[in-house]
This record gives sequence, C-alpha cells and structure tokens, in this order.
Amino acid sequence: MGILNIVTYIPLIGAVLILLFLPKENGKAIRYTATFVAVADFIASLYLWFNFNPKGTGDGMWQFRFIHSWIPSLNVKYDFGIDGISLLLILLTTFMGIIAVVSSFAAIDHRQKEYYILLLLLQTGMIGTFCALDFFLFYVFWEIMLVPMYFIIGIWGGPRKLYAAIKFFLYTLSGSVVMLLSILALYFFNSDGIPFLNIKGLGNAATFSVLQYHKIGHLIPPTLQFWIFLGFFLGFAIKVPMFPFHTWLPDAHVEAPTAGSIILAAVLLKMGTYGFVRFALPILPDGTKQWLPWVVALSIIGIIYGALVSLVQKDMKKLVAYSSVSHLGFVMLGMFALNPMGLKGSVIQMINHGISTGALFLLVGIIYERRHTRMIAEYGGLAKVMPVYATLFLIAALSSMGLPALNGFVGEFTILLGAANRSIVWASFASIGIVLGAAYLLWLYQRVFWGPLDNPANKNLLDVNKRELGLLLSLVVLMVWIGIKPGVFFDIIEEPVNYVVRKVDPTYFAKQQLAYPPAAPVAVTAVETSR
Amino acid sequence: MNWNDMIYILPEVILTIGASAMLLVPVTGGRGAKLSAKWMMIILLAITAGALIYCSHAVENIDQSRQLQAMFALDGFSIFFKLLFIGAIAMLVMLSEDFLAEGKYSPWEYYSLLGFALCGMMFMASGVHLITIYIGLELLSLSSYILAGFYKSELKSTEAAMKYFILGAVSSAILLYGISLIYGVCGSLNLLDIAAAMSTIVTNDALMFGIMLLGAGLCFKIAAVPFHVWTPDVYEGAPTPIAAFLSTGSKAAAFAIFARIFYTGLHDFHLEWNYVLATISALSMIIGNLAAITQDNVKRMLGYSSIAHAGYVLLGVISLNALGLRGILMYSVVYVFANLGIWATVLMLRRHQYAGERVDDFEGLSRRSPLWAFAMVIFLLSLGGIPPTAGFIGKYFLFAAAVQAGFGWLAVIAVLMSAVSMFYYLRLVVAMYLREGVEAEFAITTPLRIVAGICLVVTLALGIVPSSLIDQAVLSSSHVAAHAALTPHAGR
Repeated sequence: MGILNIVTYIPLIGAVLILLFLPKENGKAIRYTATFVAVADFIASLYLWFNFNPKGTGDGMWQFRFIHSWIPSLNVKYDFGIDGISLLLILLTTFMGIIAVVSSFAAIDHRQKEYYILLLLLQTGMIGTFCALDFFLFYVFWEIMLVPMYFIIGIWGGPRKLYAAIKFFLYTLSGSVVMLLSILALYFFNSDGIPFLNIKGLGNAATFSVLQYHKIGHLIPPTLQFWIFLGFFLGFAIKVPMFPFHTWLPDAHVEAPTAGSIILAAVLLKMGTYGFVRFALPILPDGTKQWLPWVVALSIIGIIYGALVSLVQKDMKKLVAYSSVSHLGFVMLGMFALNPMGLKGSVIQMINHGISTGALFLLVGIIYERRHTRMIAEYGGLAKVMPVYATLFLIAALSSMGLPALNGFVGEFTILLGAANRSIVWASFASIGIVLGAAYLLWLYQRVFWGPLDNPANKNLLDVNKRELGLLLSLVVLMVWIGIKPGVFFDIIEEPVNYVVRKVDPTYFAKQQLAYPPAAPVAVTAVETSR
Repeated sequence: MNWNDMIYILPEVILTIGASAMLLVPVTGGRGAKLSAKWMMIILLAITAGALIYCSHAVENIDQSRQLQAMFALDGFSIFFKLLFIGAIAMLVMLSEDFLAEGKYSPWEYYSLLGFALCGMMFMASGVHLITIYIGLELLSLSSYILAGFYKSELKSTEAAMKYFILGAVSSAILLYGISLIYGVCGSLNLLDIAAAMSTIVTNDALMFGIMLLGAGLCFKIAAVPFHVWTPDVYEGAPTPIAAFLSTGSKAAAFAIFARIFYTGLHDFHLEWNYVLATISALSMIIGNLAAITQDNVKRMLGYSSIAHAGYVLLGVISLNALGLRGILMYSVVYVFANLGIWATVLMLRRHQYAGERVDDFEGLSRRSPLWAFAMVIFLLSLGGIPPTAGFIGKYFLFAAAVQAGFGWLAVIAVLMSAVSMFYYLRLVVAMYLREGVEAEFAITTPLRIVAGICLVVTLALGIVPSSLIDQAVLSSSHVAAHAALTPHAGR
C-alpha cells in the first residue's frame, strides 16, 4: 500500500466523502469532517517522521519508496519516495493543512462544502508533488495544485478576486508548461536524442525517473544544460516567486481568503524552491553554474526590493505578501551558495517561512474578520484591547525578522554563513535585507499595536478566541522548537543536502578536505600507514 | 476489382444503403413516418460499426496486391478513425434530438445527411489514393454545406451555409488542382506510388506547386490560419449540433487525411514542406488563441479554439516521427470527446434557437447543476491540456514529437499558447462558478446527459489511465508509420 500513498490520498478520500455524504446545508458537519481528515493526515505524516532514517545514504536516502507501473508504453512510473527535504515539507504541508482548515471556520460562510473539498484536494496535490520521483507524475501533481487554488481565490476571495485568480493561474501555468519542455528535452537526451539538433542521446531506456536523471545529469552538454535550466528556472522562479516574476503574488495574497494565503505562503511557494533543490541543481550542475550569477542577482534584488516595497505598504496583508518575496530571496540565495551550509539554511528557511508567514497571515486574517479592513492606518493602540493577540503577533513578527531563539534566526544565520563562505558581497547585501526586515515589521507593529487607541471602531475588539489561540500557540511552539533545538531538523536534511552538493559540485568536499584538512585523524592514519 | 474485395468496404456500403433508405422514408408517407428516425439512425450506426469490426478481423488476410488496395486501405489507422467517427456521429445523433424536436425540420433528411457525411469521413480515413480521399472529402463537404444551412428560415444559418459553400468549393478546386499537378509529375495518385516516384525526384517546381496547393486545400478543411476565416462565422450560424459536428467529427476526418497524405505520400519532400507547415501551425495557434480571448459568443470562441487545435495537430504532421503520428491519433480522440462534451453542455443551456451561446448564459450554472458544471470544467481543462485530463496526454505526445523533431521553437509557442488558451477557457469557468449573476436556465434531457456523461468519463479515464489508448494508437499507426519508414520511438 505504501504509507506515502496513505498520506497523499487521505485528503482526497476525505474530499470525496464530504462530496458524497454531507449535505451542503450542514456546515458544521462539513467543517468538523474536514478538520478530522486534516488531523488524520497529520497523524499519518507523523508516522513518516518517527520512522524516517536520517542516516540513509545512496539509494537508501529515498525512503518509503512505492513504485508501480503507470503508463508502460512511455515507461512512466508511479514512483513515490522521500528524502529529508521532502519529509520536512510534507510535515509542514499536513500541519499547515490543519491550520488552514480550522482557520476557515468563521471566515468562510458560504459554499462551505465546495470550499473544504477544494482545500483537501489541494492538499493531496501538494503532498503528491513532494513525494513524486517521476517527472511525469510530478508534473501531473504540480498542475493539479493549480485548479483548487484558482477556485479558492476566485470564489472566496476579495473584491478583485477574478483578476487575482486568473493572474495566478496563467502565471504559474506559463512557467510550468515551459518546464514541461525541459523535462521532454531531458527525456530525449537520455534515450534516443534529438537528431535534428545533432544532439546524440545516451541510448538508455526511456524513463522519467528523477533518480536516473540525477545519475546522468553531468553528461548533458553545457549548451543543452543552459536551455534546460532556463525552462526549469521559468517554471520554478515564477512559483517561488523571484523578482521580476513576483507580480502575481501580492494580488493572489491580498485577494485570497486567509486559509488560501496561509497555504499559498506556507506551501505553494516552497514548490518553486523545492523544484530547484530537487531537480534543477542536482540534474544540471553546468546549467546551474552558468545561470548562477543571474539567479543570485535576482535573489538579492528580490531580498532588498521585497523589503523596500513592504516598508511602504498601507495594507497589512500586502506587506506580509511582499515580505515573502524578500524571504524567498534569502532561500534562493542560500541555495545558490552551493555549499552545505547555505543549502541547509535554505531548506530550514523554507520551513521557517512557512510557519512564520503562515502565522502572520493567520493573524492578519483574525483582525480582518473583526474589522473587515486591513489598512494599517485604521488601527493603532490595539495592544490595549487585544493583549494576547498583540503578544502573539509580536512573537510571529520577531520570528519572521530573525530574532535569536526563534526559528527565523536559525535559517537566516545559516544562509548568511553559507553565502559569506561563497562571497562576502552576497552576504553583505543579504544583511541589508535583514535590517530592512526588522524595520518594516517593527514599524508595522508600532503603528498597529502601540500609540493611542483613537479609532472608535477598535475600542470594543474582542481578543483571540480559544480556536484562534490554539492555532497560534501551536505555531509558536514550532517557532520556539526550531529556534532552540534546530539540530534535529539539520540532522534530517544533512544527507540530502550533501547529496545535492556532491551532484552540483562534485569536487566540493575534496576541495574542503584540501583547504581544511581534518587534523587528528589524518595524523593517525599517517602513522598507521608508516608502520 | 474482385468482388471478394468488396467485403472490405462493407461498412460503407451498408451505410450508404441505409442513409439512402432513410431519405426515402418520408416520401413513402404513412407508416414509415411514424418510425423514430433517431433510433433508425442509431441502429444503422450500430450495424455499420458491427460490420467494421467484422472486417477488421479479416484485415490480416488482405492480399496487398489486390486492386482495391491501391484505392482503399483497411488498416489499423483507418479502423481507429472510423470507430471514432461512428462514435462521434452516434453522440451527435443524441445531441440533435432537441433541435429536431422543434419539429420544423425533417429528421429523416437530417440523419441521412449525417449518414452520408459519415460515409465520406470513412472513405477519407481509408483513402490511400488521392481520388478516394477527394471523393470522400467532397461527400463530407457537400453534406456539411446542407447541414450548416439546415435552419432554412434563419438568415444567420443560410449565411453560414453560403459562406461555407463558396469558400469550401474554392478550396476543393485548389485541392484538386494540386492533385492534378502531383499526378502530372508522379504519374499516379496512389500515395505509395507517389512516395516511390518522389524518392527519385530531387526537385521539381510543378511538384512543389502541387504540394503547396494540396496543402492549402487541406489547411482549409482543418481551418488552419490563413485559411480559417470561415470557421467562426459558420460555427456561429450553423445549428448548434452541426457546429458540434463540424468542430469534432469533420475535423478529425481532415486530421486523418492530413496525416495519411503527408506520412505516406509526401514524406520524402519533408524538408520542403515542413517549415511552411510549421509557420501555418504557429500562426494557427497564435491567431486562434488570441482571437478567442475577445469572443463573447461561445460558438465563436469554440470556433477560434478549434483553429488553435488544428495548429497543435499540425505539430504531429510537421515532426514526421512515430510520436507525432501517435499524437495525431490520440489528440483526435481526446479533442473529439472534450469538444462534444462542451457542445452537450452548451445545448443544455439552450432555451431557444441561439441561446446558450453567450458566455453570460453560463452564469450560475454551478448552483443549478453542480455535476454538469464540473463536467464542463473537466472538458475545458482537457482542451487546455491540464492534467489529469486526457488533453494533457494528447498534448504531451504532440509537444514531445515536436521537441524530438528539433522544432523546439514551435514547441515553445505551442506550450505558451496553450497557457494563453486557458485564459478564455477559464472565462466560462468564471461565469459558471465565480459570478453570482442570474441563475442559468437550462433544460437537461436524457440524451444530453448520456453524451456529456460519456465524454466526462472518457476524458477523465484517458487522463488517469491512458495506457490503453496509447497502446491502441501505437498499434493503429504502425502501418502508416512503416510507409513513412519511421523508426519506432525507443520509448517502449
């Protein structure tokens, strides 16, 4: 059966059950069933966490493999398997899945049945994307995610929902169809080549297996790698989103309902970065190096531009949305440092961003439900009427800006280390982004929570209720956990990250050995051999 | 000609006799007129399909040296398409019921014309001789002209029929001229003989001109840019079931002859024609998709989208490899089912002759009929090529063929344009789900339900478990691929 199948399809089964058995008038039953399904899925994914072997190397790194023939004539396999990076992202997905479902209880009051069905379908698509080790399967799940999200924004969104939904759909679709061409180019290179372009194939049996391409990636001629990387880059960079492909993001975030924003920020954006770390880097080492300056430049621009634009936003949700552009810039920068430190930070930061930004969107959603406005100018002095809310907001903001002892610090610090290891210039630019990050978040906090409580509409605001408190506290626990004990997370991604580094820069570890020879063991072996 | 060979055209013979008989029923008056024309037609189609399957079992025993083989091939390729055509026509019969129930028009005439059109399509699929192909095409076209003008009293319908007829007649003349030039140079009209003659010719202006004219005539039939201008007008003016027929069955037949002529007959001159066709394909995809964006009339939108789909299918012709040929076969199936599904849904919204046509008519459909709104979404996603629908599998083959053939730039245009196409397909989704406008009025009848249901199941099933269709396409295309001397793709 395969535990990964169970984790992937629990939401789908739940969606079908809701569709068939629950009448659409019975909102309560639908809500609780959806919550039950999301919780069940999270518990199933915990099985992965407890049974995962972080020490697995080589083929053993890919765990819980489930392979089954799907389309024999194309040799498309239904191939599921995860490494440490996928594991963390799947856990993030199932966890945020609960948050998304529960946070929608009050916000979604019409067409609830369709809403929860789509939310659960989306979750199946996301988990499937993280599990797939076959390009064809990956692409199918990747596209499946688009449709539910389109509906979630388009039906339950804000005033400009139609525009935002279509923009989201078309942007992501355009990127992913170009990615499909890159997949096809890989496919033909591995098998019988592209005769018209004088590209000789390797003559292997045609396959879509990602692991096979990990093995043959370095054989692809650099010019071909250049173009294939470009295709992947367009697909993933739009999803990340990197500057200048980010313009769909603020629209989608601002118009989406709270849960949509949470899922979008926490998981969907990670699809892009996950794509880079899983496919583009290990398969295309030459392509990565050729495009590296551009990607890094765009990441740095994204970091600073996102932060600067956040600084001037009048709408809280838009501010958080632009801060995502900045944070994802960090993730990309760390990744393209192409050393273990940077990559580890990058992966951890993916998780951190999911938790912190998810929490911020949830918090913005909570205040929006009460006041139906997100304009910063409408607020002020909220700390007096909503002390618990204010405290939780502060923790989330501090986590997002990277205060030590919270999760954001771990990610950003590791990324900076990795980037500095590569180039001190990159790190300096990135640290400007950190300073700006602190600026826009603290300034936001100051304007909303401090100062006089002068807007009469805010005088009687209710503090967070138990449901909201529960959601926020669970996120805060995660922030503190990753902030204080990041070791367990680093252990899980240690092996996959080294694997990616070995693929993209085969000589990296040898060079490290030369530059910093591990003193004592070398001496011992020298003595032993001399005997 | 040996009488024993006649068995191979048995389905066409049966169909012709049946269709002629149906034309005569109203004339006899009295008892005959009380029979249900629809059921007679369905029975006729069933018998034809049965005869076809009977013949297909005899395919292995066909003596390739017999005379009939020079004109008419009963091979996997033709059987594949013929079964598709019969299925499509059967579904069209179901779609036409309400339209005919208005009572103004004789169902016997209508169904017998559909029967003749089907007969023409079947000859096209089997034609390995340009004359067979031409006659089949004319039979199809003449029936279609009349069917397009079937609303005799409606100005729009008459206009559509006139337009279609005049342009169609000119294009047939062009086609015929091209055929005659090819005959003049090659000395034969059999596609295999043409291929043999061409392999000895290095270059010949008359032949080039002939191929060009032949290609232009064929491009008119599949409505590729710049021979596309009739499409939106005809689709808009023709009765909706007939627009459905023109955009599915009739179009798939044109794809079939396109593939047959270029793969079997003209493959040696590949380098001469592929860039011309590549340009036509690119223009079709770009202009078809961009023009569809601005349409408010669903029939016109589907007209432009069918122009774009002709562009995608041309990718399969241009790439001239095994993948491309399979792609054409599979895409025809995928396209026919998705499109018929959409037309069935359009017909559900039909309140009077031309309703269900504006995008606004779809507003609120998701409330009134969640199932068919969902089905419509699946059909639209399939046309847009989004997995897990059948459209993705079809497009995958065509795009893969283009990449393998080195037409990377064309593949880039194709994928970007299929992203653009989602823009106008989503307009219908927006109307159905996202707008809170007036609730859609609609009348769902059992036949429409059956057609839309079949299309929904097929579109989803072929998207999730496409193996059977792929295997069938591989098998059915092997004969034609062998003529073009294609090495089978190593992906098996």
